[in-house]
Amino acid sequence: MTCAEAFQAYALRAIGIGERALPQGEITVCEQAVLIGSGMIWNVYFLVLALSLGFFFAVGLALAKASDTWLIRKPAEWFIFLFRGSPLFIQFFMAYEAFVMIPRLGFEFELFGIAIGAETRWFARAWLGALIVLFFNTSAYAAEIFYGALRSIPKGDLEAADAYGLTGWKKFKRITFPTTMRLAWPAYTNEAIFMFHATALVFFSSFPTFQQRGDALYYASYFADRTFNPFIPYPIVAAYFVVLTLVIITIFGAINRRLNRHLPQDQRRRLRLRPTLIR
Amino acid sequence: MFTFCEDPSTLSSLPWFACYLTNGVHMLFYQSFLTVFALLAVAAPLSLAFGFLAATASRSPIAPARWLGKGYTSMVRGIPDIVFFLFFVLVLDQGIEYIRHVINCPDWDEPIRQGANFLVCDAARTPQGNAAQWVHETYNFGLAVFTYAIVFGAFCGNVLFGAMNAVPRPQLETAAAYGMTRRQAFWRVLVPQMWIYALPGLSNIWVILIKATPLLFLLGIEDIVYWAREIGGSRNSRFAYPHPDWRFWYFLGLLIFYLCFTRVSEVVLARVTKRLSRGQATAGGEAMRKATT
Repeated sequence: MTCAEAFQAYALRAIGIGERALPQGEITVCEQAVLIGSGMIWNVYFLVLALSLGFFFAVGLALAKASDTWLIRKPAEWFIFLFRGSPLFIQFFMAYEAFVMIPRLGFEFELFGIAIGAETRWFARAWLGALIVLFFNTSAYAAEIFYGALRSIPKGDLEAADAYGLTGWKKFKRITFPTTMRLAWPAYTNEAIFMFHATALVFFSSFPTFQQRGDALYYASYFADRTFNPFIPYPIVAAYFVVLTLVIITIFGAINRRLNRHLPQDQRRRLRLRPTLIR
Repeated sequence: MFTFCEDPSTLSSLPWFACYLTNGVHMLFYQSFLTVFALLAVAAPLSLAFGFLAATASRSPIAPARWLGKGYTSMVRGIPDIVFFLFFVLVLDQGIEYIRHVINCPDWDEPIRQGANFLVCDAARTPQGNAAQWVHETYNFGLAVFTYAIVFGAFCGNVLFGAMNAVPRPQLETAAAYGMTRRQAFWRVLVPQMWIYALPGLSNIWVILIKATPLLFLLGIEDIVYWAREIGGSRNSRFAYPHPDWRFWYFLGLLIFYLCFTRVSEVVLARVTKRLSRGQATAGGEAMRKATT
């Protein structure tokens, strides 16, 4: 099979478009690269959705943790402790077992005038179940980062806001929130990268693949098992991850520059990248 | 375990659970917690040693050693470590077999990689096919521990390299002024002083190492995740202790175990940090000095 044919057959294999059967027997490097690349679709899917939804939840959690009211603070603290203190791997297992126990129901509802059918068995599928776990997990980690930033807002900034007569929502929107983001952004960039790496765990935990539609690592380990040669598929996954990590750094770096655009050159906070850490 | 456990079907729920939780497979389950502790006990010092070597190599005046150290410590950036776990276990396994193959069977003329096969002579098979079960298990566990040490050694290398650079330069200059050689200054001044700078990073890695232990399951070790899945699955009435699917509850138990473990570690590490700050030229040490006088 030539490279072009492999691309045609497998470029979208991970989302169920293209050749049904995975390559057998002699497997070319092209086929491996294309299939692993198509698996990356899932990694990116999990990353983008969990991170973008988790961001808002994390801001809410951070504010709740910083709240003076005991009844609001405690649940947020426990939530963050629960998801930060336990391995993501165990969280996946537990969530899967919990989702399997949900009775199988189907119901329909209308959203903006369109009838939508929903089924509870979707929870046991990776695209929804794993997404929920990743969403909660990244929310907890990001909330801790935002909470730290919230606590380290310079006192003078808040006093200046008071002096200008800003209160409540306006003060939050104009002073507290932008400063929090500015302070938290370098750490949040790291969190986004960890999160991306954590997506590789999805199909290795309990969530089953459906019709062999898996993520990049799923295909890589499939090839490693088939060819008994780890030196080709794993470096390919590694290369994909490095490239996409660089993309994340570029995007987050651009946002970081925008957040700090009002500061003099030498006071801008640089993005400092830490080595990846798993959860 | 207990004398009344002979016929579990007649028991009421409390003694039933007492018997159930102490039966043979549960004992294996409890023993597998020792596997986790054994992994931590071996992998933690080993990865610290790897990290120390890597950090030392990264500061070396010899360029190839520096490249090697830097390359090793930066490999964990950008690539998920689960990839390394899966990769190194296979590579180590094949590497050991290949080396033994070259030594034991010098007159073997067929290629080792034939299509999708990795063929070495029988004498090079590791462990030998007729070896006892425990040899296989120990060998697999050893491979897993070594893999953990390689990956976490790279993390430690990063932290220790940063810590070595964080030791104030005047300390080393003073050592040089006292006529210490490079080596003496390294062992007598730099190494004793770097730990307080390394500790926040190292304690972070320790917690991450704890949270990475369930990945042993992916490397084919019969660890706590394996047993939780095995025992938790539903048992029909052919078994002595029939029960529905309880895997959720077993995983809940593991979750609580890990929560407690990380919590205890954090508390202990906070104490160690306090102890090491004593007498150091850092903000923490300064605060302690002020508090006592």
